[in-house]
Amino acid sequence: MDKGIAITGMGIISALGTSAGENDSALIAGKTGLSYPEILKTIHSNLPVGEVKFSNLELAGKLNLPVAHTFTRATLFGAIAAKEAISQALLTKDELKGTGFISGTSVGGMDATEKYYLEYEEKNDHRRFIQAQHPGFTTSQIASHLNLEAYVTTISTACSSSANAIMLGARMIKAGKLKRVVVGGTDCLSKFTLNGFNSLMILSEEFCKAFDDSRNGLNLGEGAAYLVLEADDVLNGKPVLGRISGYGNANDAFHQTASSETGQGAFSAIKKALDISGLSSKNIDYINAHGTGTKNNDLSESNAILRIFGEKVPDFSSTKAFTGHTLAASGGMEAVISLSALQNDQIFPNLNFEIPMKETGLKPVSVLKKKKLQHILSNSFGFGGNCTSLIFSKNEE
Amino acid sequence: MKNNKLYINGLSSISAQPENAVFEGIINTYHQNIIPAVSPDFKSFIPAMALRRMSRAIRMGLTSAKIALKQAGMTKPDAIITGTGEGCKQDTEKFLEAILNQDENLLTPTAFIQSTHNTIGGQLAQNLECTGYNVTYTHNSASFESALMDAQLLFLEDREINSVLVGGVDELSKKITSFMYLDSQLKEEEISNPDLLKSNSSGTITSEGAHFFSISTEKSEKTYAELIDVSVFQAKTSKDVSEKILNVLQLNNYTIEDIELVILGNNGDNRFDHFYDHLQKGLFSEKVQLAYKHLTGDYKTVSGYAVWLACKIFKTGSIPEIFKLNDVTCQNPKTILLYNQYLGDNHSIMILSSN
Repeated sequence: MDKGIAITGMGIISALGTSAGENDSALIAGKTGLSYPEILKTIHSNLPVGEVKFSNLELAGKLNLPVAHTFTRATLFGAIAAKEAISQALLTKDELKGTGFISGTSVGGMDATEKYYLEYEEKNDHRRFIQAQHPGFTTSQIASHLNLEAYVTTISTACSSSANAIMLGARMIKAGKLKRVVVGGTDCLSKFTLNGFNSLMILSEEFCKAFDDSRNGLNLGEGAAYLVLEADDVLNGKPVLGRISGYGNANDAFHQTASSETGQGAFSAIKKALDISGLSSKNIDYINAHGTGTKNNDLSESNAILRIFGEKVPDFSSTKAFTGHTLAASGGMEAVISLSALQNDQIFPNLNFEIPMKETGLKPVSVLKKKKLQHILSNSFGFGGNCTSLIFSKNEE
Repeated sequence: MKNNKLYINGLSSISAQPENAVFEGIINTYHQNIIPAVSPDFKSFIPAMALRRMSRAIRMGLTSAKIALKQAGMTKPDAIITGTGEGCKQDTEKFLEAILNQDENLLTPTAFIQSTHNTIGGQLAQNLECTGYNVTYTHNSASFESALMDAQLLFLEDREINSVLVGGVDELSKKITSFMYLDSQLKEEEISNPDLLKSNSSGTITSEGAHFFSISTEKSEKTYAELIDVSVFQAKTSKDVSEKILNVLQLNNYTIEDIELVILGNNGDNRFDHFYDHLQKGLFSEKVQLAYKHLTGDYKTVSGYAVWLACKIFKTGSIPEIFKLNDVTCQNPKTILLYNQYLGDNHSIMILSSN
């Protein structure tokens, strides 16, 4: 078994806080980041969201951007989180030049488009945001802000986007295509996604209750999270936060927005990740589940977990009730949360859980739990049947 | 031992030009800066019921993919990798306008469901019952190239992978495409497409299309080309581009002398065509130089057309006059290099060989 790909930096901005430290404190305290929309202007003020309580102006201030910048909200989040990851990894100016950037996002700069769509033809004021709608623009802006000059690309596979970005980064380092790469994803709350999920009738008016029998939907969130991955031969004794030891992507090939009841796609993704890692299912100490709180996802995911782990389902929890479902950013955020769990040997609770679902009887960890952790499985599933699983492992000295 | 070379064994082009007609000397001319693609007979590939609900991107993507697979004699690839620079804009626009016009009230989910960037990849998975690796890249004008790079990596790391379906798709939409006039991406004056490369003004013309390729490690009589390499990079000057090209050639054990023909992304934008000019007068001065965007317009995954063109040149041995930028000639080129950029960003190189 090889050692896996070294992670040397991580950064996150979410409804829980603007740094890994702030996120950790909230997770340990069991304090949710869910609230109601204040920054996002919407008529759906009754829907809980994991909103970052800083305006774009305040976020731009944190990055010292010039007034007429073209950073949309997802770009602002992305730059902040990626910067934190890079500074933890202590990458030098020269190293940054040879560092790649792979980012996942679902709607990119849609927030700007929905704000200015009706005025573009009349007024010239915001036309610089026209191209910002498209996901690649967000990625390029962050890369150039942070001087990342090697391979830059964008993955958009809905809610598994950043998990796929992490997977691609790990694969490229393993294949020797890159020595260093920043991977993760970013998404902001927008009227587009809030109304989209609302029209699908899968948003809950309560704080989400993943894996609970009475769960009735998800809450959207926003933010960004990134990891710095480095090849072993360029580490030079640098501290390693953890390793990516497995990854797998598979397609459910069932329905555009719903998962198959048997969780076929999820099952295959987890199985592939275990195969790559060389681990057996017994080695997994904790699963950070996708666990959105919708009827469909949680049942499908539970069935996939039961198929893989049988009688011996490891401890698992969904942290969506802390951050909201941050769509393309969720895989990145849950990678950061998993690394924090690994480093401190603790499992963050699945908030709001009361009664196991009838079909499976599975009970997630619902209070903070101290436990020695060696290997963590993290799941991310998205529209289009896209299923991705990652395995994070403690660094062996 | 299995070959580690990659072959393009099936392909399909949906663009502003009917597939194959250019090789018979027939071209469609348009006097407009936004040009819809020529629709193939979608009904032969997609059941009428399903077709009604599909936007152009999904129709074009599915149809192109099915043609490419059929040509290669494949039914189910091991993986599906899609590139789309701007995704399903028609459904995005429909849902967005509904939100804005109805003040977030009484919305139906269909357009939202189909607006996701990976809709085409997901639909292909369902349609072909392909449960393998499935990822969508949406990185500006390097979306298709990113997808190809991932395919190369997949073959490299997994010897059991036998075939990968790779493609690029982009569609026009009414408003979002028209916004390209407002930020100088399109020319202010409407032009006739055959004159695009002679126009000395800023901006370009745009269109839509789908280009899918069935890639395999197995060479057969169906094989069009060998995919040698793909590279996406940042460059500030033409000099950076020349250096990168030489570097990529060297990494693949080629020299500039091995390249007989180049396909360039000239789009008539006098702010950025200098990237091509410099190569035409320098590194590529003795090569057969072709351009294609005067036939297809420029859009984020149009480089799929350039790959299609290179493959067709290998297969037919002919080079239609309409593509030629210079008088250099060559019989049956063996190695073709493709170079593209958009607005000075997302530069890409692809190398194909007739082996």
